[in-house]
Order: sequence, then structure tokens, then C-alpha cells
Amino acid sequence: MSILVDESTRLLVQGITGSEGSFHAQRSIEYGTKVVAGVTPGKGGSQHWAVSVFNTVEKAMAETGANASLMFVPPAFAADGILEAIDAGMPLVVCITEGIPVLDMVKVHRYLRGRSTRLIGPNCPGVISPGKCKAGIMVGEIHLPGNVGVVSRSGTLTYEVVSQLTSLGIGQSTCVGIGGDALPGSTFVDILELFEADRDTKTVVLVGEIGGTMEQEAAEFISRKMTKPVVAFVTGSTAPPGKRMGHAGAIITGSAGRASEKIKALSQAGAIIARHPAELGLTTKKALENL
Amino acid sequence: MKVHEYQAKVLLAQYGIPVPRGRVAFSPSEARDIAVEIGSKAVVKAQVYAGGRGKAGGIKTVNSPAEAETAVSQLIGTRLVTHQTGPEGVPVDKVLVEKASDVTRELYLSILVDGTSHLPLMMASEAGGMEIEEVAQSTPERIFRMDVDPAIGFQPFQGRKLAYGMNLDGGQISEATRLMTNLYKLFIDKDCSLAEINPLVVTSEGKLLALDAKLSFDDNALYRQKDIQELQDKEQEEPLEAEARGWGIDNYVKMDGDIGCMVNGAGLAMAVNDLIQHCGGRAANFLDIGTLNNTERVVNAFKMFVTDPRIKAVLVNIFGGMARVDVIAQGIVEAYQQMNIPFPVVIRLAGTNLEEGQRILAESGISFIQAKDFYDGTHKVVEAAKGVTK
Repeated sequence: MSILVDESTRLLVQGITGSEGSFHAQRSIEYGTKVVAGVTPGKGGSQHWAVSVFNTVEKAMAETGANASLMFVPPAFAADGILEAIDAGMPLVVCITEGIPVLDMVKVHRYLRGRSTRLIGPNCPGVISPGKCKAGIMVGEIHLPGNVGVVSRSGTLTYEVVSQLTSLGIGQSTCVGIGGDALPGSTFVDILELFEADRDTKTVVLVGEIGGTMEQEAAEFISRKMTKPVVAFVTGSTAPPGKRMGHAGAIITGSAGRASEKIKALSQAGAIIARHPAELGLTTKKALENL
Repeated sequence: MKVHEYQAKVLLAQYGIPVPRGRVAFSPSEARDIAVEIGSKAVVKAQVYAGGRGKAGGIKTVNSPAEAETAVSQLIGTRLVTHQTGPEGVPVDKVLVEKASDVTRELYLSILVDGTSHLPLMMASEAGGMEIEEVAQSTPERIFRMDVDPAIGFQPFQGRKLAYGMNLDGGQISEATRLMTNLYKLFIDKDCSLAEINPLVVTSEGKLLALDAKLSFDDNALYRQKDIQELQDKEQEEPLEAEARGWGIDNYVKMDGDIGCMVNGAGLAMAVNDLIQHCGGRAANFLDIGTLNNTERVVNAFKMFVTDPRIKAVLVNIFGGMARVDVIAQGIVEAYQQMNIPFPVVIRLAGTNLEEGQRILAESGISFIQAKDFYDGTHKVVEAAKGVTK
């Protein structure tokens, strides 16, 4: 088992004919993902990488049975693309796009209420269940099927963590990049809940960063609900307050946003803390040995 | 993106929110003219991108146009150091001159997007004039909050609840409700990330007035807010960060060390800085080179490093996903072809199109310090920097 995506995932790529969408759709296909449809308004009826392209998400779902969407739509149009997928009843939307205006995401979150779609991202690397399905831009080859769930606000830092795990022979059930925006579709708590319920996930690695209070909320969940060990690292200890560190959500405003406060909360909740990012692999190995 | 108080007040006034009479001055004589127009006691306020101006001597009350001229001549051309700036301070090249107000009460009002509810949040408190974080810590019961549903907008009942929460009464209730409705409209129309009036004052005539105002805007939305984008004051930015933006490098933050860093991805870039410190070094910057796959940005980043006299060594740490390693490698080679690079460069590459990237570096014949992984690269750059004396 795994979470969010697996062998039964039938992937639709929104923005398949754009340069990034095209490149990564092909990589997903090479990885063995069932990419069943693409959507680019105005290009319906054409083929791209032998994938049928449709004008609308609704039509693509009806014709191909797509049950997850991977989005590469440019930032000015991305929220509209997400809304279209939610309206069509898409069960899972993974939005890679970086730079979506916050007030556009306010509308998306409002529209999500009472509807069944789960949104991952935006501004994220996507989701991969190694050996089964790659719905994202991560490098497939660094992953190994196994029992560790990974959840992170970062993209490339997640690749670092995963390659450490893989080089130690520790495989992953699913790796989820929830994204670096201030208003992510899914939070640490949402994903921890799924990992807790997943039979094949034995341990979870959580990679947090400065800004917001999502790590504190995760800590609360870990102490009350998690039975599985959580290994955690929070990046940004050296980040100066008030400066936006690349990610829209990575800005220290008030003390709760500091790495030290987040580490304290996670540690008090019983998470195993890695002191630095290069130590996450070994820390996870020890946690698994102690199971 | 931040704007100055005087610009924020122009926007507030456009949305029907009362602000003190006055305007911006760029010279002592201009300030004198404005004080003459105002014709009474005035306040002179340094216009800088930092809070804490009052305590730092950036705000002065003046009783005459002559006093205004003197006060402004003492401010313009100086650098203001507040608790929010570094020791080098920020330059003062303009002031806001406005009518002094008779204040009976200081209140607080703000809107931001709440990360938990995912909705615009209007906050009001009768404890104005101090930092809201302090109020939240010491007397949280004095802060009143209202989530706003974007589908229906800010509603009059919400205004009333907040206005009564601030202990306003009589005609002030509808006045405050109108003011909040207008502030919400401004927040939405202009893609604000924060709209804060602190203090919102009650004057001796019982009227509400925005005595200070802070607006900041969502960087992601600036493409559709051209008029706001034009308000940006580059003089207030950290010089190296402004230079980086000039080179098309948006995600650059100056740090206080001597190791230049070029990383892809914000999380990894922060982690590299953390790990450099853990290994006994200090990063000179945070730099997320991003995923725009062209070599020019890489070359420009090297131009930044070469012109930064602090740099003793550089670490390039790229884990390609969306970014392609071959493009980065090509950019590094081009940088070496275009300029003399006087410091050691440690390179660690992994991910998308790695083989092609390694081939490009190998065929260039340039000698780099190669690193096998993230930890190795960090160690090597810290060691390399130690070997350089400046």
C-alpha cells in the first residue's frame, strides 16, 4: 500500500503541451505512470507523447477515467485550472505551479469546502509512490519502494532526504511534497493522518521549514494521534527574521515561525529530531532499528 | 513588497479612509511649504521601510514652518537605525509632513490572510499604538477577529462586532464599519498581504483617523498590480539584494558570512546555509537559483559573487528536478569563460540530466572542487574558505 497515488492512478496532466508539462509528463510515463490524458484548452483532439489531449478536465475524465491531475499551468491561470478540476470532481489534484497569488488560493480553498477533491501544493514537487506512480517533477530513480513515508514543504531538500534514505537501503511508501506556499492545499497534519492509516508505512520523515505554524500543528497531531515514529528536521535555523527565504511561506513573522520553536514543539511531541539535514537518513535508520 | 507610509495613506484616502492632512516632502524647503499649508502644529515622519521610527528619532512634532524645515534638514540625508534595521540603518531621503492630531484613543485594525482558515482575517483591538504581537501575548482577550468569506465579502455585522469590541459607540460604529468595509475592498483590489492601521485613533472631535498605515503586497500578484509595483523604492532595499534583483535573481538574501551559495530550491538553500554553520562556516547569502532553465541566471549569480568582496569560496549545490543539471553546468562554464573567478568553487550536482552536466564540466577543462554529496560539498567549501585569507 501507499498513500494518494499507486498502480490504480490514472493521471491527467493539465498543461501537457507547455514546456515543463511536456517534459515531466514524458518522465512520468517513462517511470511507468499511467498518463491517460492531457488538458490544454484549444488543443483538444490532438495527441502529445501518444496521450490524448482534451479541451476540458470534465471531458478528459469522462473519456479516460482519469482520477488524478498533475498541474503545470502558469501562475496567472493556475487557480482557474485547479477550480476546473475541483468542479469536475477530480479526486486528487497535484499542483506544481509556483507563484500563484495568495488571494487566488483563498478562492480555491473556499471552493474546496464541501467538495471531495484533495489538493497537494501548489509550489511543490508532487507525489511519488516508488515503483508505482510518479505524479510530480522529482527524479524517479533516486526512490526505492519501501516503508518510510516522507512529507516535506520543500522540493529539492526532499530529494536530498530521499537519496540519503535510498543509499542506506531504506525504501519509501510514498513521498509527498506539500509545497512552500503560505496556503498549501494539504498540510502536514493531513498527510500524517494518511500515513498513520497506511498499513505499509512504518515510519514517517517530516521535513519542515521556517514560517507559519504548520509544524506546531503537526506536533500536536503527533502527540495525540500518531502511533508510528516520526523523524523530523526543520530547515532555516540561520534565516534572518522578516526576510522571505524563497518560498512564499518561508518568512519568520513572530516567534512561532522560528526553526527553534518548531523543533521544540516537534521534540516535545515525541518526534525524533535530526540535528542537521545530512543526518536525516541515519536518524531514520536508527528509528527503524528500534521499532 | 512594502511601500512607504505616505504611499499607503494615499491609497487609504483613495478608498475613503480618513488620514491626516499632509503629503510627502523631499527637501527641507518643501517641508516648510507643506507646514505653511497645514497652518498648525505638524508632525514630520521619516519615510523608511522599517518600523520603530518613533523611538529611533525618525518622528518629530513641530510647532512652526521654520521648525519643520529644521527638523527635516536633520533627517534627510541621514540613515535611520531602528530595532528592525541592521546597525547600518536605512537611508532617509523623504519625509511625510502632516497635521498633528488631537488623540483621545489609540486603536488597532488590520487585515491579513490567515494560514489556518485560508481566509482574509480582520483583526481589531482597543490596544492600539503598540505591537500587536505583544497584545496577543499579554492580553489576547483584547483582540477581536473576524474571518471574511470571499464569496460574500466583509459584512456590516462583522464591522459592528469589531467596532463594539473596540469599545466605540454612537456614530462611531457606522463610521468604523464603513472604514473596515473600505479597508477590505482595498485589501482585495490591490492584492495586499497586510493592511494595518496602527494606531487608528479617535480624535478629540470623536472622529476616526488612520494615524499610521502599513501596507504590503503579495509578490506573486504584482504582475496584475502594475501601479503598485511602480511604488517600490529601490533605495530602501539592501544594496546587494537590489543588485541581485537587477540581475534577474529574485530569491537572494544577504547573510553575514563569506561563503557564496548557489542552490536550487528554497528549502535546500536554507538547509545548505544551516549545514555550513553546523560545519563551522558562515554563508554570505541565501540564493535559490530557481527553475528557469537558462544559463544567463547562473552567469549573473557568478557576477554577484565576483563583485562581492566578502566572498572567499563558493558552493554550487544543485539537485535537479524541475531544474536541469546540464543547464546549470553550462552556465558555470560560461561564467568561467566570461570572467576571472578568483575564489575556489565547490560543485555538487545531482538529479535531472546529471550525466550530461558532468560531461559538460569535464570537457570544459576547468578545475573545480567536486563533491559527491551535500554534506561533502558543505565540508569542502568550509575548508576551502578557511584556506583563503582576505
